[in-house]
Amino acid sequence: MFTSKRNKMIVFLLAAVLLMVAPFLLQPFGNSWVRIIDMVLLYIMLALGLNIVVGYAGLLDLGYVAFFALGAYVFGLLASPHLGEHFAVIAQTFPGGIHYSIWVVMAVAAFVAGVVGMLLGAPTLKLRGDYLAIVTLGFGEIIRIFLLNLDRPVNITNGPKGLMQIDSVKLFGIDFGRPLDLGWIRIESVSLYYYLFLFLVVVTIFICYRIENSRIGRAWMAIREDEIAAKAMGLNTRNLKLMAFGMGASFGGVSGVMFAAFQGFVSPESFSLMESIMIVAMVVLGGLGHIPGVVLGAILLAGLPEVLRHAAGPLTQLTDGRLAPEILRQLLIALAMIVIMITRPRGLWPRPEHGKTLLK
Amino acid sequence: MSDIVLKVSDASKRFGGLQALSNVDIEIRRGQVYGLIGPNGAGKTTFFNVLTGLYTPDGGTFELAGQAYKPTAVHEVAKAGIARTFQNIRLFAEMTAVENVMVGRHVRTHSNLLGAIFRTKAFRTEEKEIAERAQELLAYVGIGHYADYKARTLSYGDQRRLEIARALATDPQLIALDEPAAGMNATEKVQLRELIDRIRNDNRTILLIEHDVKLVMGLCDAVTVLDYGKCIAQGVPSVVQKDPAVIEAYLGVGHQG
Repeated sequence: MFTSKRNKMIVFLLAAVLLMVAPFLLQPFGNSWVRIIDMVLLYIMLALGLNIVVGYAGLLDLGYVAFFALGAYVFGLLASPHLGEHFAVIAQTFPGGIHYSIWVVMAVAAFVAGVVGMLLGAPTLKLRGDYLAIVTLGFGEIIRIFLLNLDRPVNITNGPKGLMQIDSVKLFGIDFGRPLDLGWIRIESVSLYYYLFLFLVVVTIFICYRIENSRIGRAWMAIREDEIAAKAMGLNTRNLKLMAFGMGASFGGVSGVMFAAFQGFVSPESFSLMESIMIVAMVVLGGLGHIPGVVLGAILLAGLPEVLRHAAGPLTQLTDGRLAPEILRQLLIALAMIVIMITRPRGLWPRPEHGKTLLK
Repeated sequence: MSDIVLKVSDASKRFGGLQALSNVDIEIRRGQVYGLIGPNGAGKTTFFNVLTGLYTPDGGTFELAGQAYKPTAVHEVAKAGIARTFQNIRLFAEMTAVENVMVGRHVRTHSNLLGAIFRTKAFRTEEKEIAERAQELLAYVGIGHYADYKARTLSYGDQRRLEIARALATDPQLIALDEPAAGMNATEKVQLRELIDRIRNDNRTILLIEHDVKLVMGLCDAVTVLDYGKCIAQGVPSVVQKDPAVIEAYLGVGHQG
């Protein structure tokens, strides 16, 4: 018992150190590699947020990317010159542009996404399974189409052109958009974001873990397992489901803020149905309702395509260009997903069979 | 404290052209095991579902421990104090046995998301109380050693027990058991009987729907016999057993031995 506990501690510490130095190990190969892990971290946050809705409460949500989009646009609107250019009132009130603290924007985005999550959840309360999936899919598309078309008659979202010149994150006097020179070491912008995202992912995992082992978390899982029995135990399933929708959505909103700040640019294109499906796939492939599994699923599905993009080059040359990298990449991912689902139908890393250990 | 735990008068329920329940009256006293019997399709489960709010009744008044309640929402009824089990076991299959019972405590506890995230003192105290109570109840129904097994891995009889433990966790005024002996073998039935006896001796009140006449007659303090949605006999089992209407509708002529 003790040795396994110590081993766990050692593994944990090693992982922590590795995570802390990862950007420096990758930077020599180019910033694009650090960018990839930045995006992977954002996807982990998204997958964990969706895991609350799909994994815990068992509500299949195919429109989750809508909340990511909302968060991104909330930040995009509040931190780019766009609103000032198109609305005289705002230009007058904020002559230097709106530049709220990132904490405020994050709270606003989480709140907006959470409220919209509950609003979208409300009409679907009586639906289950496939029906719920279809309705949420529709909601996801509606949000995207709104973003795409809200440039007329009043230009709010700038339509398909998207929002540009979005501020980078500024925290503790550090501008994350510029490399930080500490004298003895120079930390690139992508690496700064890496640490910020890593911090947020750790906070998300922490929150998810604590919710999972709480009265509310258990109630969500009870609804997932058997809604009628849950009701008969006195659970107010309506409120609990809305809470799950809201909670999951607000995580999506926060990652959206980070995405907008990181890219400096948002357009409706980034929030297609395919994104929603990929996030669902991360949760399901990793292991529904199991935090380590969901993290693993997100790492694989968000990271693998990017790695394959690099690896596919040589293969393309081998086949005299008959296999385009893009096609090869999709082929390999599809294959990986099929193989995983056949061999591990409950996900790569599902919840352990017998709960916790029987020895106490 | 009122001695009558449940008082139902005039309960009626119609499904289209079918009068599933007509004017059923029931009065259950504290500490009783009350049997509800009748042939298949007599309206027992309908009565159960009306009582617990799964179906909205067409008429009737409902009183729980002297307090009138409206069986319109299932979770409200559970909160008011009726806990039930299901004829076809409905556990939270992928959760462990102890987690199942902990869900039963939900309705009597209060911590929210913020308390859970920040692990406030109130949250920790409550969580400890929930876990201890759940473990206690598992031991009470005799499956304490399976606490960390997933519910679906338990044997059939143990799943029934787990359902009863989960119902007890809600601190109910009345526990309603829907055919708890269905599908059990003789040994399991004896054990179930002991368990129900023990629950009664702890001054709890039980409403029992059951097909097994021997079990009902041996265990119940009072019974109601339903047929075609009507109450055809009511009273002490030994008397009801000899009622000609009951014999014809349900027990069969050869039973009087």
